Amino acid sequence: MPPNSKNRSVSLAMVGSGGAGVMTSGSMLLEAATKAGLYGLMTRTVGPQIRGGEAAALLRLDSRPVHCVDDIFDIIVAVDWKGAERFAAEVPLGPSSLIVTDPAAGDIPEILLASGARVVELPIEALASAIEDGRPNMVILGFVAALIGLSEKPIHKIITKKLAKKGKAAAATSWQAVQAGYLAAKDVTSPIKVSPVKGDNKGRWMISGNQAAGFGALRGGVRFVAAYPITPATEVLEWMSPNLPKMGGTLVQAEDELASINMIIGASFGGKPSLTATSGPGLSLMMEGIGLAVASETPVVVVNVMRGGPSTGIPTKSEQTDLNIAVYGLHGDAPHIVAAATSVEDCIFTTQWSVYLAEAMQTAVIMLSDQFMGQASAVIDPPANIAFMAQRLVETTPAEDYRRYAVTANGVSPMTLPGTPRGQYTADGLEHNPQGLPSTLMEDHRDQMDKRDRKISEFNYGDHWADVEGEKDSAFVIVTWGSTTNAVREAIGRLKDHGINVRLVAMRLLSPAVPAQFDAALEGAKRILVVEQSHSGQFLKLLRANYDMPGEVRSFRRAGPLIIRPGEIMDTIKNWRVQ
Amino acid sequence: MNECAPPKLKASDYKSDLKPVWCSGCGDYHVLLSVTQALAKLKLAPENVAVISGIGCSSRIPAYTNTYGFHTIHGRGLAVATGVKVARPDLTVIAAGGDGDGFSIGGNHFLHACRRNANMTYIVMDNEVYGMTKGQPSPTTDPSWDSALSPGGTGLSPFHPLVIALASGANFIARTFSGDVRGTANIIADAIEHPGFSFIQILSPCVTFRPDQKAWKKRVHKAVVDETDDPARAARRLMSDDGFNIGVLYRGHRKPYGFSCGAEKGDIGEIQKQFEA
Repeated sequence: MPPNSKNRSVSLAMVGSGGAGVMTSGSMLLEAATKAGLYGLMTRTVGPQIRGGEAAALLRLDSRPVHCVDDIFDIIVAVDWKGAERFAAEVPLGPSSLIVTDPAAGDIPEILLASGARVVELPIEALASAIEDGRPNMVILGFVAALIGLSEKPIHKIITKKLAKKGKAAAATSWQAVQAGYLAAKDVTSPIKVSPVKGDNKGRWMISGNQAAGFGALRGGVRFVAAYPITPATEVLEWMSPNLPKMGGTLVQAEDELASINMIIGASFGGKPSLTATSGPGLSLMMEGIGLAVASETPVVVVNVMRGGPSTGIPTKSEQTDLNIAVYGLHGDAPHIVAAATSVEDCIFTTQWSVYLAEAMQTAVIMLSDQFMGQASAVIDPPANIAFMAQRLVETTPAEDYRRYAVTANGVSPMTLPGTPRGQYTADGLEHNPQGLPSTLMEDHRDQMDKRDRKISEFNYGDHWADVEGEKDSAFVIVTWGSTTNAVREAIGRLKDHGINVRLVAMRLLSPAVPAQFDAALEGAKRILVVEQSHSGQFLKLLRANYDMPGEVRSFRRAGPLIIRPGEIMDTIKNWRVQ
Repeated sequence: MNECAPPKLKASDYKSDLKPVWCSGCGDYHVLLSVTQALAKLKLAPENVAVISGIGCSSRIPAYTNTYGFHTIHGRGLAVATGVKVARPDLTVIAAGGDGDGFSIGGNHFLHACRRNANMTYIVMDNEVYGMTKGQPSPTTDPSWDSALSPGGTGLSPFHPLVIALASGANFIARTFSGDVRGTANIIADAIEHPGFSFIQILSPCVTFRPDQKAWKKRVHKAVVDETDDPARAARRLMSDDGFNIGVLYRGHRKPYGFSCGAEKGDIGEIQKQFEA
């Protein structure tokens, strides 16, 4: 692609070991770009160290909404290269890319040089030192902004706003460093400039997937959260903690994940829509509790932000490998719901929908997100206000013969809340009869299992079970889920430009299965590509177990932390087409 | 919730019709009686009480009362009870269970429930044995007690729940004997009324697996000294305790856990403004 192509987004990486401040420069650049009318996505790659580890802010800016990472990066700037070889493979470069390095910053990782990218030396440290208290991260902020053609005005605004707390002197110093960066970029040819922007950018949101999940939960009616910190889910909880009290809710920091899941079961039994958020290891610990929620028909939502597994795995990096445990991890026959967000923005919708489903069906919902979208900041158009609000079938005037687990046509039984006279019952993880009394009778077990299954399998999920996009008659269909959806969607867009029609089925409802809807979505498909970020093909196996897939099926899968990129999906389809 | 004054209820009005699974002679029958007497004494409406338990013989107690109840999973009664109390501060919350449930699998929740000091009452029916699984040593079992799982005994010193409760921050600590129904009922009522987290160890014999515990009724004795609000004095007393002192041993003044759900309020439209770029 030639430089300044109007159809190209800008991808850049700012590299520097923890404490160098590249995340700050990255966020400032994203915010400034937003002010200038652009959309953007900032993801992060960090090592396991709390401070001092390798880190990079990865940005993609465009005049159109951005949802995934591009195939190659145009610019990579390093304050230092300490440990950068550990993530260099996550920042692919091409011959037209630009590497900006301080001559004193250490060796550029071999894998980056091998791309044939042009190298420009910039005395970042020296430029920063020339200014009293000048910081290298501000120099690169100015340098990169100049390279991509972002004007100084929005950067100045952001610096003034962000550094207001630190006083006028700090803001002035940073601004000086930014200007030094701008000046240094004057004679450097940039591989790319941001596309010009027209129109109004008013009202756009900047939000991370984890904040979005918290916001969706709060908007959907969640008023109680129990929390145990875990990477990369903690930000869901940290966002909810100060915001819940504004709506009459509260958050309890629990002693462990066993406590979190059981606290939310208690709070929900008390009548409050309740949620916790965790990641793989925490989800493993919560499994017995989730089974209790299913058996006692107590609505709860568990947001699980996936990271590399098994065991402690790779806590700071993304993978789609908690699907199996989410669907199959409960002992016994335990019908419950597994939903998954498909983008940063969709974390709002899917979490809110999950709250609605849990409350409507009095069951447990596991909502899967992942590190990629959870910790990515995205600039989005203001999301629609959706109608899904927690609405539980509550019995407020129980009759003398009230039965908590009455067998009903749709499987949902009216629930009394503590404080309601004549509504007393004991919720139980033991199998029980319609009154809620423990029972080992075959008939009670059968009837109660039927009812718990029926309420979920016969529920009307509407169109929300998946995002189905593209021509009805395309022979190619890509079936995917989670954050991988965005790379697939972009690949499909590019293929369309090449005259190849591909249908997208991005599943939001992973369990229970919805065969009728799935069959309709795949009607006429001859070649199906299943795309997922897992080594073992967990998603493919889930589809194989539940659905008939017509025609030829292939799997495109890879374990994390390497993100799946649009170009490789596009190539896979192109190559398959000529076979 | 109650629009008019409830009629006066007897202890038996707090019992359900369900027949307990407990063995004949089990101390837990007496504890059930004491709990219902305490609720009657405090004139609590059954619908405003929640009894929450874990798993084990004694954890069967919620369904035997006429209150709201939750028979949860092994070791997690306190966590569920905490959720109920924080979500519904208007309810009287009683957590109940056994020594294995509370001190072994649920040990961490015990520490943190004491420390959190939410306004609820925790009753542990301690019989120094896992009864439901038919006779294995629990954290409070004597080190030399012989069993199929630990032949010749565990060789481990028993756990001292009252000392641990004190060190962890419980605001009310008492020990009772199940055979003393009236005395136990009074202490349960006292514990419910005391702000913060109240912990009661009820010595409740297992006649099936620990027939030796029939001798407990002769061994228990009223605490020779009065209750105290001084943790240092309470600690000294508990450390030299013979395990059979009966009574309120500590009554503290710690501020109860201060967070709870309130009435619905606020405007989500205001909250979302923080995301506007």
